[in-house]
Amino acid sequence: MFERRLYHHVDWAMVAAILALCGIGLAQIYSATGGWTRIFETQVYGIVLGVIALLVCLSIDYRTLADKSHFIYIGILALLLYVLLFGVVRGGSRRWIDLGLFNLQPSEFAKAVVALVLAKLFGESRRGAMTRVDLLIGGALTAVPLLIIARQPDLGTAVTLLPVLFAIAFVAGMPMRIFGILALVGVLVAPIAWKFALQDYQKERISTFLDPEQDARGAGYQQIQARITVGSGGLWGKGFTKGTQGQLRFLPVAHNDFIFSVLAEEQGFAGVLVTLGLYLFVILRALEASRLAKDRLGAYLVLGVLASFTFQVIYNITMSAGLAPVKGLTLPLMSYGGSSMIATMAAFGLILNVRMRRFTN
Amino acid sequence: MAVAEDRRRISIRLVILQVGAVLCFAALAISFWFLQIIQTGRYEEMAENNHQRTLALRAPRGVLFDRHGKVLVENRHSFTISILREHTKDIGRTIQLLSAVAGLDARQVKQIVDRHRGEPSYRPIVIVEDASLAQVAAITARRLDFELPDVVVEEVPTRQYPAAALAGHLFGYVGEANDTQVGDGVSSGQIVGQSGIEKVYNKLLMGEDGARRVVVNSTGREIRTLDEVAPKEGRRVQLTVDYDLQKAAEDGFRNAGFNGAALIMDPRNGDVLTMVSLPSYDPNDFAAGIDRTTWNSLNTDKLRPLQNRVIQGRYSPGSVFKIVVATAAMEEGLVTPDHQIYCGGGATFYGRYFRCHLQGGHGNVDMRHALEKSCNVYFYTLGNMLGVDKIHKWAVNLGLHGKTGIDLPNEQESLVPSTEWKRRRTGEKWYAGETISVAIGQGQVSVTPASLANMITTVANGGTRVTPRVVKAVDDGTGWKEVPPAVVASTIAFRPTTLAALHDGLWLAVNGGGTAGRARLAGRDVAGKTGTAQVISNQGRERARGSDQDLRDHGWFVFFAPKDNPEIAGVIYAEHGEHGYLGAPIAKHVIETYFAKKEGKPLPTLAPPAPARPERDPDSPPAIPLSAPPQASAGMPVNGTIQ
Repeated sequence: MFERRLYHHVDWAMVAAILALCGIGLAQIYSATGGWTRIFETQVYGIVLGVIALLVCLSIDYRTLADKSHFIYIGILALLLYVLLFGVVRGGSRRWIDLGLFNLQPSEFAKAVVALVLAKLFGESRRGAMTRVDLLIGGALTAVPLLIIARQPDLGTAVTLLPVLFAIAFVAGMPMRIFGILALVGVLVAPIAWKFALQDYQKERISTFLDPEQDARGAGYQQIQARITVGSGGLWGKGFTKGTQGQLRFLPVAHNDFIFSVLAEEQGFAGVLVTLGLYLFVILRALEASRLAKDRLGAYLVLGVLASFTFQVIYNITMSAGLAPVKGLTLPLMSYGGSSMIATMAAFGLILNVRMRRFTN
Repeated sequence: MAVAEDRRRISIRLVILQVGAVLCFAALAISFWFLQIIQTGRYEEMAENNHQRTLALRAPRGVLFDRHGKVLVENRHSFTISILREHTKDIGRTIQLLSAVAGLDARQVKQIVDRHRGEPSYRPIVIVEDASLAQVAAITARRLDFELPDVVVEEVPTRQYPAAALAGHLFGYVGEANDTQVGDGVSSGQIVGQSGIEKVYNKLLMGEDGARRVVVNSTGREIRTLDEVAPKEGRRVQLTVDYDLQKAAEDGFRNAGFNGAALIMDPRNGDVLTMVSLPSYDPNDFAAGIDRTTWNSLNTDKLRPLQNRVIQGRYSPGSVFKIVVATAAMEEGLVTPDHQIYCGGGATFYGRYFRCHLQGGHGNVDMRHALEKSCNVYFYTLGNMLGVDKIHKWAVNLGLHGKTGIDLPNEQESLVPSTEWKRRRTGEKWYAGETISVAIGQGQVSVTPASLANMITTVANGGTRVTPRVVKAVDDGTGWKEVPPAVVASTIAFRPTTLAALHDGLWLAVNGGGTAGRARLAGRDVAGKTGTAQVISNQGRERARGSDQDLRDHGWFVFFAPKDNPEIAGVIYAEHGEHGYLGAPIAKHVIETYFAKKEGKPLPTLAPPAPARPERDPDSPPAIPLSAPPQASAGMPVNGTIQ
């Protein structure tokens, strides 16, 4: 299954960058949570399990996986439905399956599964160019898990499925005017969504984002504190475990959603540049993998997986600087969270998989 | 063809994505550069404000000593419990929890918080002053449990005054600075003197508050101290007051069973040895913030315990005023001390009959005996000879008119009338008949005990008017410095004959057959003069009969000792004491204590009060017959009205 020559085609630079990011994240979790705690240990286990998931996803030919994609897709839908009905409730939403040792969050895995099924759909299409039927099917395949996840409710994770669809559709040759139409529809639908679809807390988050001072003690608090945290870091930062904002808990969930703020505070602009550089390197390297892919299936699979990753990275970092509404979106590879770590590593397993097998038949 | 075209399209669109990704990251980098490099100063400051808290460390106020170095007022440690809202998320919850833990009424706590709502959130709102140890323990435990991180317990120095409200009016009291007091080194919320010495010497006593900078976490819990500026204690201040004499005087009042005032000085330099005003408040009640009930009761008490009678109470001096008339008549050269006047129990001036207190009269009396016996007719006659303006002039010379200038706040002006004063006041001219009442200290004369003390001091030392002072010295850190220096307001050397006659007459009043025998002290040559001041005119007394007002007369006693080269002089004001001579034993006890202390002998103790013996009081206003059976006053003209 894992032929020896494939070993030479593994993108080791990307693996190194991924592990570096995991290491930086781990260090900042250590700092933000005050040392060798259970959270830190859990993250270590998460990384170990993530590496295993990566190896598993790397070793099975992606084409084999794509052939089984409909089963995997149905499987993930079943899991999502199960979560919706019987999942563990935390903070008002059902996102987790209690596995005893840890809680599994199936929605994290849904991204890669959607990427797989869409890559298969568009990549194996007989017709050269994409048809509207393809697009409709793709849209439906994305919409089903998206709606289920949104019902948990977890709008943040649900939205990360959209870049998967758009990225694959874009590269697969979706006419640009459809993007235009979609954008137009979005603008028209926004006020209606505001009125009917959004929960009160979601509206509040958006309105406080526009004017954080109006609720400096409540919802705007995190955003103001995030900016203070980042801004006070300066060029070289306050030093490892020396940050006041994260250490003294002015910033909530510093080890989770705001891990990048803690990094910015303690390592300064210099640390930020290094980390941003690593992420950009990983992303460009993955785009390279997409370009090198042996077939469209591989190219689209890489792209789909990469799209949700990139979206989440950019959004989370923007939010970490207090420049976007606070949303429960983690920073892949760095934030605390087992499911996210395993799912992200598995996704990179797929990307490496495609690149590694670019010469195989 | 499809594959190649496919490849091309994918490549182009991948390049677009690549460029997009690079642009996004560049935008992110620029954003962080903006926050972390351009605006970092601002955010650094905000982060600092977030986690650093500066706590004021209250400076202990300066210790007050008596003239011999005995500590009078010092500081003790007390605990205050405050709410610091800086990181409070739910103030209602904090109030509820704090009230439950400390056993307070949640509504009252909320009221306190509401009162201070407008203040900056980093300033603690004091909820409990002088908290009990049980409260402190309960709250400290909760703080450790993170339950009440926004509640602060601070140890603060609190003023401690002597027991039994000793010299309460002299010390005054402290309280939080009000809006008008803020500024000039005083900031809102600081403790400043509100009355008495605490107020006048506040700047010296206040010291400088220190500060402690601490690191707090997001719930407001202190993590560690960054640095600390120790508070600077206020200056030590030495008073002119003698603790033992002060106590002797207050014991004397308690023993005698009436309220009143006393100001006893060293006639040589104006040092106030004793200042009493009763009833008094207890300054300790104010030290840790006075509660509303106590404050209200002090304010509404009919006996007016907040009034310092020594400098704020104005009363008719009665016969004590005869000293002024005697001095004026002799110094103006109108009479010699040997000048004799016949007293037949009364005399007619300007068509009205003014009576002496002794029915049947004193017969022929000279100055010495007129003072000894307090003969009204003698002083009516002198007053008539002098006229009101000369009396006024000598009242000023003796320090009885206007303010004494004592270093205490809110002194009231004493009034001895003059023609000029009446013209200004009412626009009417002065009638010579009015002078007759003034001559025996009635009519418009209205003076403070302090000014009477000033008068008797000036008489005692032979004409040097010294300004009374309560502070002797201040320790500015390099040792005691005399502040303020003794001030001589004016010096008029009396004629030796005047001085001899005054001193002899006043000595006779105590040691001869006079009115002040109760102040007699073997070997001490006490000189003095009693007086009685009507609270209300006799007509008014008739009208007010049956009301609950206390209409009993006030008693006066002014004194000095020894007769030659006096060392101690002063005034006793016995509120509703009815008789001047009842104040004399208080003076006697103080004088006895003074000499015992000076000579190193054991201090005298006060015998329990003897049962009151009815005694004829020659100082009683001469109008008593009005309330006596009608036949006694039948056919007699009504004498001058007394107000």
